[in-house]
Amino acid sequence: MIYWQLFLSFLQIGALSFGGGYAAMPLIEAQIVTSHGWLTTTEFADLVTIAEMTPGPIAVNAATFVGTKIGGILGALAATAGCILPACVLVTLIAGLYLKYRDLSVLQSVLGTLRPAVVAMIASAGVSILLNAFWGGGTIALKETNVIMVGIFVLCFVLLRRTKWSPIAVMVLAGVLNLAISMFP
Amino acid sequence: MKRKHVLWKLFVSTLYLSAFTFGGGYVIVTLMKEKFVDELHWIEEDEMLDLIAIAQSAPGAIAVNGAIVVGYKLAGLSGALVAIAATTLPPFVIISAISFFYALFRDNFVVSRLLAGMQAGVAAVIASVVWDMGGKVVKQKSVLSVGIMLAAFMAVCVYRVNVVTVILTCIGLGILRALLAGRKKA
Repeated sequence: MIYWQLFLSFLQIGALSFGGGYAAMPLIEAQIVTSHGWLTTTEFADLVTIAEMTPGPIAVNAATFVGTKIGGILGALAATAGCILPACVLVTLIAGLYLKYRDLSVLQSVLGTLRPAVVAMIASAGVSILLNAFWGGGTIALKETNVIMVGIFVLCFVLLRRTKWSPIAVMVLAGVLNLAISMFP
Repeated sequence: MKRKHVLWKLFVSTLYLSAFTFGGGYVIVTLMKEKFVDELHWIEEDEMLDLIAIAQSAPGAIAVNGAIVVGYKLAGLSGALVAIAATTLPPFVIISAISFFYALFRDNFVVSRLLAGMQAGVAAVIASVVWDMGGKVVKQKSVLSVGIMLAAFMAVCVYRVNVVTVILTCIGLGILRALLAGRKKA
């Protein structure tokens, strides 16, 4: 049955993709292009583009996209359920253990050591988004810099630090500014 | 605070964050921190960092995992379920719709310019949050904490080490520290 196959495939993707986001990409490709042939390579590339352009985690986007194509809305539901089920069980379990035992000195020490690393990982994700915005994934050179993007970034940063603007308002402003600038060259 | 009120607020906040968050899991956990720590004061900052670490160390999408831990922390199992529903609903609806008229969407000038600009905005949001959180780590005046932060940044950003490796290494280091501290006390 196709719903069951969709569920099982995305169950594997959900259970094995450590590290989030792009870590899931090769797993998704292996399941839906290579082993089941549900998408062609071109359709898979389209899926990656859609996932980048829309909100939401890539794995969930992929589950909905492939599920809809193969089995309509029911297929999308089956694939999405399979995709998030492993996380639901595991994360709830770990969160429960954490809330119960976090006062243990070992756990305190582990978490104290982890916190600076988490800050570093968020910073690192920020750097890759920044590089992509300034240089579009091309060569990183001073004269290749997208000056408009640098300007928008600086303006947004100042707004966030100096005013009470909400992050989402700032992000929307950034998008509208870029659109407005590219309309009046 | 009434339970029903917490669940409703949790649903609305997570739905809103999920619908407007472009750029993956780290962006959404950053915005969750702004919402639940800075704005609503429902979670302590240190606790939020622990929850993010849990969300990252488990398999699966960070946004979904983040929603589960925050929901579970605020309202137990029902909180986790509400947060999961709210996080998956927007991408589910949007992708279902888009998969029917994808080509039109991809080639739309307005949409692509808006999304390109939003990248710079997202980068600014992350920079601002890292500024705050990194500043706090530096203020602890612990050489080890700053060292871990710098080493982790180099490892992930420059040497492209898998985040799971970094997390497991930190867990090992933390256990080692606890054992050493225990021996000193004995």
